[in-house]
Amino acid sequence: MDDIFKSRTSRRAFLRGSAAAVAGSVAGTAAASEPDPLITELQDWASYTGVGVDETPYGLPIRFEADVVRRNVEWLTASPISSINFTPIHALDGTITPQGCAFERHHSGAIELSKEDYRLMINGLVDQPLVFTYEDLERFPRENHVYFCECAANTGMEWAGAQLNGVQFTHGMIHNMEYTGVPLRTLLNEAGLNAAGELSDKWVYVEGADASSNGRSIPMEKALDDVLVAFKANGEALRMEHGYPVRLVVPGWEGNMWVKWIRRIEVVDAAVESREETSKYTDVYEDGTARKWTWVMDAKSVVTSPSPQKPITHGKGPLVISGLAWSGHGRITRVDVSKDGGINWETARLGKQGDTKALTRFYLDTEWDGSPMLLQSRAMDETGYVQPTKDQLREQRGENSVYHNNCIQTWYVNAEGIAENVEVS
Amino acid sequence: PDADGRYGLGRAALVDEIAAWDVDVLPDGRGLPEGSGDVFTGEEVFAEKCASCHGDFAEGVDNWPVLAGGFDTLGDKDPVKTVGSYWPHLSTAWDYIHRSMPFGEAGTLTADETYAIVAYILYSNDLVDDEFELSHENFTAFEMHNKNGFVVDDRSELEYAQWRKEPCMENCKDSVEITMRATFLDVTPEGGGDSVM
Repeated sequence: MDDIFKSRTSRRAFLRGSAAAVAGSVAGTAAASEPDPLITELQDWASYTGVGVDETPYGLPIRFEADVVRRNVEWLTASPISSINFTPIHALDGTITPQGCAFERHHSGAIELSKEDYRLMINGLVDQPLVFTYEDLERFPRENHVYFCECAANTGMEWAGAQLNGVQFTHGMIHNMEYTGVPLRTLLNEAGLNAAGELSDKWVYVEGADASSNGRSIPMEKALDDVLVAFKANGEALRMEHGYPVRLVVPGWEGNMWVKWIRRIEVVDAAVESREETSKYTDVYEDGTARKWTWVMDAKSVVTSPSPQKPITHGKGPLVISGLAWSGHGRITRVDVSKDGGINWETARLGKQGDTKALTRFYLDTEWDGSPMLLQSRAMDETGYVQPTKDQLREQRGENSVYHNNCIQTWYVNAEGIAENVEVS
Repeated sequence: PDADGRYGLGRAALVDEIAAWDVDVLPDGRGLPEGSGDVFTGEEVFAEKCASCHGDFAEGVDNWPVLAGGFDTLGDKDPVKTVGSYWPHLSTAWDYIHRSMPFGEAGTLTADETYAIVAYILYSNDLVDDEFELSHENFTAFEMHNKNGFVVDDRSELEYAQWRKEPCMENCKDSVEITMRATFLDVTPEGGGDSVM
């Protein structure tokens, strides 16, 4: 079938291809013995009327999509207030995450902060400490960028083995949105950085308005590069749970640093070494020492379908293997897919050219002969970095680093099309 | 914008405003307010405000964080990472407790209460005796057990160098076996998990 569609280069080729496609579909599909009543009988929706335009001022997905929701795993954390939920990436396609089902991670809950009550302070080693209102922020020149936000702990439960049976749970601490905001450098410039002197050894400490504050230190080089102070995502205001009205967007870096409800930016001459960069978001090695300041999220990918929550239900024949790839180092340039647990690989097709530090969709359009598969995907980014296996990572780091697990994921797909989270040799 | 690229937006932050929000404490002690608190006082404050989650001896209740113990377990199969065994700087404990604890009632501790709680946590970790008093004056003299336990991200030398090469595409290994299965653990929530609407 693939060959037929690729050969549509002229009208003659198109006609030849169409004929072959029709013949092929007859041969490949069970013939209907009875007429389909969904076609032959008048259906309600083709006769009565639907709902009016004033029914839903702001709509939700149709009820048949009720399983495409955030999910929680209660045993992971002590309290749902300082906890995580998961994006249903098994059911999504393309790259943009619908905000309403984009994962949440809070340390003291999602707070309600109005634009009227919002204040942003810049202080520390600046020429003039400033206070901005929300209204002020909307008067600075804006930019739009699509970036992934991946929790440092995404896939963290899988370090010691295959644990959670679903890509939503193993890889769903991620979302990807189009942000509108003001570059952080614009705001720092407004306060003036001459007082900071030499900038290469300076930091910004950023914190939120919530009780946890989530303070993190960011080196000045990154702050002046591509960090955004964002107030819109996917075209509309940020959702409450994603930092309304203003959050930090730190492209390519671990989600913890994307401080929500951001209220203060301080220019400092040293890292604050806050709780979120000492006790948490440090990665323990096998010998008991730990890495700190592991900011970048390395290249990673996962097959989202088939997967444990998305079994093959259509039997043998054409099968779309689909997934996501991303890298904090830049663009995804290639994704390879294996059906035999990494013995042989085929290069997949990217849904579109990857954006830098953003989710990239890949597809492998294949034929399934009904035999079991060990599905894997392997991302490559523009720096030439190749996504490692879990054994490669464990050889470097042991099993206790908690964060930054970007290993190759394996799904075992059995002859019935059921998929399961496994590890392979 | 003006010649310096400034838009003239925002207004000057006042001293009182900065003092209200800028309460972070750096590892060298900068940011600490004047004050002090001893272990005995700390035990009382801890019992009243902290022990319901963290235990009478900072040992943790149920799933709530353990603040004491776990020394020399960081290289074990299941490391116990506490203030005593893991945290590199005392400033972080003071700063975090003062700003974000108690959970659900953050920002209510006075400076003296915070000094006392931190002193009690050190005592719970057997790092000071019961006579100990912590103050802004002796604060930076205290050295944490794991102060040298951290290295700055070294992935670029240890990992990127060896993983940036053209990968194998065919016959990459002789055989493949399943070595672990998530369904054996069976910890995934029933029906795909409780939905959080």
